[in-house]
Amino acid sequence: MKLNQRLSKMKALMLLIALTPLIALFSCVDNNEKKDYQNTADIPVSREMVAELTAPPHVPTPVGRRKAKKLIVNMEILEEVGEMTDGVKYTFWTFGGSVPGSFIRTRVGDEVEFHLKNHPDNKLPHNIDLHAVTGPGGGATSSFVAPGKEAQFSFKVLNPGLYVYHCATAPVGMHIANGMYGLILVEPEGGLPKVDKEYYIMQGDFYTKGETGERGLQPFDMKKAVAEDADYVVFNGKVGSLTGDNAITAKVGETVRLFVGNGGPNLVSSFHVIGEIFDKVNVEGGDLVNTNVQTTLIPVGGAAMVEFRVDVPGTFIIVDHAIFRAFNKGALGMLKVEGEEDLKIYSGMQEEGIYQPEGGGIQDMPAVEGADQAVASAKTLEEKMEYGKATYMQTCFACHQAEGQGIANAFPPLSKSDYLNANVNRAIDIILNGKTGEVVVNGVTYNSVMTRQDLTDEEIANVLTYVYNSWDNSKKEVTPAMVRSRRSAH
Amino acid sequence: MVSFFRLILVFLVIGCSNNILGQSENEMVLVTGGSFIPLYGTDSATVVVRDFKMDIYPVTNNDYLEFVKKYPKWKKSKIIRLFSEESYLVKWEDDVTLGINFLPISPVTNVSWFSAKSYCECQGKRLPTVDEWEYAAMADEKLPDARILPEYNQKILTWYEAPKTFENPIGSTFKNYWGIYDLHGLVWEWTLDFNSVLISGESRKDVDKDTNLFCGSAAVGASDLMNYAAFMRYALRGSIKANYTGRNLGFRCVKDVEVLE
Repeated sequence: MKLNQRLSKMKALMLLIALTPLIALFSCVDNNEKKDYQNTADIPVSREMVAELTAPPHVPTPVGRRKAKKLIVNMEILEEVGEMTDGVKYTFWTFGGSVPGSFIRTRVGDEVEFHLKNHPDNKLPHNIDLHAVTGPGGGATSSFVAPGKEAQFSFKVLNPGLYVYHCATAPVGMHIANGMYGLILVEPEGGLPKVDKEYYIMQGDFYTKGETGERGLQPFDMKKAVAEDADYVVFNGKVGSLTGDNAITAKVGETVRLFVGNGGPNLVSSFHVIGEIFDKVNVEGGDLVNTNVQTTLIPVGGAAMVEFRVDVPGTFIIVDHAIFRAFNKGALGMLKVEGEEDLKIYSGMQEEGIYQPEGGGIQDMPAVEGADQAVASAKTLEEKMEYGKATYMQTCFACHQAEGQGIANAFPPLSKSDYLNANVNRAIDIILNGKTGEVVVNGVTYNSVMTRQDLTDEEIANVLTYVYNSWDNSKKEVTPAMVRSRRSAH
Repeated sequence: MVSFFRLILVFLVIGCSNNILGQSENEMVLVTGGSFIPLYGTDSATVVVRDFKMDIYPVTNNDYLEFVKKYPKWKKSKIIRLFSEESYLVKWEDDVTLGINFLPISPVTNVSWFSAKSYCECQGKRLPTVDEWEYAAMADEKLPDARILPEYNQKILTWYEAPKTFENPIGSTFKNYWGIYDLHGLVWEWTLDFNSVLISGESRKDVDKDTNLFCGSAAVGASDLMNYAAFMRYALRGSIKANYTGRNLGFRCVKDVEVLE
């Protein structure tokens, strides 16, 4: 590999592609104007360059074949209020104004001159510990900086890989919990293999005084942080940072590389992309490459590089496969792939039929007389509400949430929902048959899947009555007869 | 307060070193001394604090404006670089004008330790020691030592996160057990011996070495919460030098109580 790169300096590109294996055999002897450094500390630097820094999900330009340089990194620390999810604000402490902090891209041998600037309006001193640094505290001992000051220190990056950086000022846990982490990439000589798309994703867990979804400016909750009882587990600092319009994109046939980190402070990530298999994973961000991986574990304070070719179009959901985090706490992102279908690889739904394990003699719908009577029927509206709520909490809650608020960019709200209130029969049909594809609810477009729910007529009547009579909805009462008529309409 | 201050200053013709004038005691309250174990400090032993009087409020922009008018060497154009870096009173319009962005009754910030110390001395007062400050600041509305209350610590932590509180007027937080306002919730405050705690900036290293901290805090049954609020104050103190100034860093003065023989 290294040999090839040296050669490519000398030879024209076309020639290289055609003849690389051949030339490599013959020309290594006379190729002595460049040294191969056994010790990366010996790599000399030429010239100076200001590092390009990017906010997630973007990454700076690959280093390619550039030589090692003196790389100047200007990183500003900002304490600022941002949005955790719709209606929930949080004071984030950031490297470069984003969570995770700006992506730093270097190559092995670079001498990084790091300028850490603590904004005058900030309240607290900060520092930075970069895992890519060889030295005490990873730079933390040399970068402690009061508000309104700038600290400067230098280091040489010796080991290629993907590394986490974070603030290490007391109390460390709180600084990290408020978003003070990011990734620094050290590319090998000649750069990483070329891919079509590269993105920056970092997971973090957050602890707020109010419960998940409670509105307003939420302060950090130390107790929950110690108990590791996270209210939010998110990619890139907020719920929905990678969904809807913020989704990352690729085209069919492209190779995608994700630089994935985990800032924590507490929870390791079972990183998974639904419907994709990672062709290649640089385990823990290092040299070890694993292939054909479904889910890769990303330790707190660690990272991984995952690569895969996207073969079919569609929306691929990025999750922490500790799945309640994905659907209840925000650890959900989307990769939207456009292009031609390949039915050989993925057919889509080909046929929908009734599955009867015991053969044709038994009907699949348990919602007939006998079943209904086994359970006490709701007589009054109060009873309907009570039973409906029980069903809701069992069946609907995970996606539509306790107050019917839904999950931004993933599952539409049921509270004050124009879509719901507009058409009762449609609501019944969706529970009976499920729903796939775009819906517009309260002006927001959702593109998701709801499976058909195996509920009795009465259960559906009750749960819909509950939903219609909660959260400022239109107070309709749905009867089992209405549900039955919709069932037979199909 | 201001006119009273002016009255005093009339008598201050030359400098103010070692002067005993400026007894603005109406703005101070008594803090009865006692002993306590600091959360995190030079050691974890019990510290004795003698009776002292403390300013009820942090020094305001207006107070400080009067000060620089009387003592021109502390004007922003005149101050000796050794005593303060360039950010001294950086947002003031000029030497004797606050400018539109400043409430006269907001705490003065962007002052150095030297200037704060001089201000207090010119009133016959001094800066509080870290121990005195911490002692007075462990009180909530009802208790002289509220550190064991999780809500109290959570409240302090919440302030540490709230942005731009330096713009708020004095008295906008709570009145504590001693009758003192704004020890938490507006700005950090200079202390006389702020740099007596050596924090390397690498907090994990400090923690490793200072096993006393853990023993000490374990002995008083400290929760993490309790440490966290204090950690942050000490981290801030460890990060500054006497000629630094900060947008979030103000001060107030204290005074010894004469022992009646």
